[in-house]
Amino acid sequence: MAYDKFEVLTSTAIPLPIENVDTDQIIPARFLKATERVGFGENFFRDWRYDAEGNPIADFPLNDPKYAGSKILVGGKNFGSGSSREHAAWSVYDYGLRCVISSFFADIFRNNCLNVGVLPVQVSAEFAQKLFDAIEADPKTEIKVDLPNQTVTLVATGESESFDINGYKKGNMLNGFDDIDYLQNMKEEIRAFEAKQEIY
Amino acid sequence: MGKTLFDKVWDAHVVRKVEDGPDVFFIDRHFIHEVTSPVAFVGLKNRGIGVMYPEKTFATADHNTPTWNQHLPVADPLSAKQLEALANNAAEYGISHWGLGHEDNGIVHIVGPENGITLPGATIVCGDSHTSTHGAFGAIAFGIGTSEVEMVLSTQCIMQPKPKKMRININGKLGFGVTPKDVALYIISQQTTSGATGYFVEYAGEVFENMSMEGRMTVCNLSIEMGARGGMIAPDETTFEYIKGRRMAPKGADWDKALAYWKTLKTDDDAVFDAEYTYDAADIEPMITYGTNPGMGIGVTQCIPTADQVEGGKETYKKSLGYMKFNEGDDMLGKPVDFVFLGSCTNGRIEDFRAFCSIVEGRQKADNITAWLVPGSHKVVDQIKAEGLDKILTEAGFVLREPGCSACLAMNDDKVPAGKLAVSTSNRNFEGRQGPGSRTLLASPLVAAATAVEGVVTDPRVLINA
Repeated sequence: MAYDKFEVLTSTAIPLPIENVDTDQIIPARFLKATERVGFGENFFRDWRYDAEGNPIADFPLNDPKYAGSKILVGGKNFGSGSSREHAAWSVYDYGLRCVISSFFADIFRNNCLNVGVLPVQVSAEFAQKLFDAIEADPKTEIKVDLPNQTVTLVATGESESFDINGYKKGNMLNGFDDIDYLQNMKEEIRAFEAKQEIY
Repeated sequence: MGKTLFDKVWDAHVVRKVEDGPDVFFIDRHFIHEVTSPVAFVGLKNRGIGVMYPEKTFATADHNTPTWNQHLPVADPLSAKQLEALANNAAEYGISHWGLGHEDNGIVHIVGPENGITLPGATIVCGDSHTSTHGAFGAIAFGIGTSEVEMVLSTQCIMQPKPKKMRININGKLGFGVTPKDVALYIISQQTTSGATGYFVEYAGEVFENMSMEGRMTVCNLSIEMGARGGMIAPDETTFEYIKGRRMAPKGADWDKALAYWKTLKTDDDAVFDAEYTYDAADIEPMITYGTNPGMGIGVTQCIPTADQVEGGKETYKKSLGYMKFNEGDDMLGKPVDFVFLGSCTNGRIEDFRAFCSIVEGRQKADNITAWLVPGSHKVVDQIKAEGLDKILTEAGFVLREPGCSACLAMNDDKVPAGKLAVSTSNRNFEGRQGPGSRTLLASPLVAAATAVEGVVTDPRVLINA
């Protein structure tokens, strides 16, 4: 099992209503030097969380005690663009988050999240705005992400929207499986396919 | 209904279609480097599984390597540990390894093509988003995460939903001083940084047909910067001519067989794309970026748009200009610059150094400029010397460094200090990309060269005319 199962998550959420957040911000390149997957949560959004002297930047939402303990991050449009570094998805998970909600995700980041047990939930721009507004009005706003039913709900008002995820990936998240588990079971088929390749 | 180039290559590599899920997708060529592979090997060990086809994976050190005194031990202990992990893992599993100092060493997306590993119709992945570079040959090439590196090592497959298809056509002739980098930055400025997300792009039309292989690599390299997983160009005589005779390319009867297949790799006339865009070559001028993503680009003679003129959130736009210390409406020409970086998988090939030299020959580097000229590989270094470009650079006050990714992502010591402004031929101008607090303007080697000798952002066409 590669990560903890994901079924239904109800949590407050950290708002980050900035567009085009790239993976260099999520985890700057100088923190990619580990040879093992440890400690990435500490450097999650490092340069937006801390100034050059290492002091926390007070108005950055991750430093705001109002959002402490949240398991969900609500990001702006085109979240996770840029570099393919899976370290970005690891840093989300290692920081303690299990779900990122946005109106639009970059492809590779979304893939990486699904591979490491972080659920990327894409909602409409209107619903994303509704979430930002609700959190701004009350930082203790709870959001319920229901993977079996593929819905995300504002608990206080019951306002809800459904989200897409293919059946295969959904099964993986629900069971804590990953693609490597799947591929290990089809090696004979892969070998037969490779044997037919003539040029490469 | 006909098939696109992308369909033909994709469909030939599907091992299994998972119901309500992705395709199990076979990978012909896998590149690894020191930064995104060590954790994948740890994963293999933890699961007690091996490498299925070690001969299909190629390791090179590039991301965190120093570009000065490479013969000495790597000073940074964390970088040294990653390089050692790459070497040890390659040796343990029987993977070819071009480490620091090896004659074939260089940036992964430069050494693949120059050694004939990159071929039309192949599927190529690497734990690096600029793997899209290899699409220039009519390959399907894209970046993957470390979990997927582990999948390819252990099963030669990854699980991918098939992307949608987009075609971008540019017809006409490029203007004087307009390079492939400008073509790419122009396309991204039109598409924005997310316009092609979910798509795989085919570039078509006169401009790409007339482009060299190196130019095509620059364009495909930047596909990811508009969100596309990758970009590709149909292989043609230019492609075949480039590959023929390269060390690891097919030879003899194998070449003939491969060539016959490669000639079938083009989009059928009746194939349909999910999205299609057409631009006019005459609209493209030398480009430069002014903000904190590659979509924020304009012609070098233009001024920075106002928040009202751009799509998207005004707050995000103002935050970006604030970081850059620029104002809406500013001219880009004449902005004082501190650093110039020539290199990276985007613009670290011989044609890029020729272009740079065409401007700086007979001129002098401006005193306020710190210049880092970093060839993409040892073979590029050798060619620079063979053509005497090193002498032109030395006489103009420049110093040639040793190959690697360098200041493109600043994992080594080549970091632009906080607040300093760099004109860079690389691919990303994100906040802090070239070092914490650094500010980056992306541009072509010609714009970089003109800026390096004038000390301020300069239109290279003025110097070519002079």
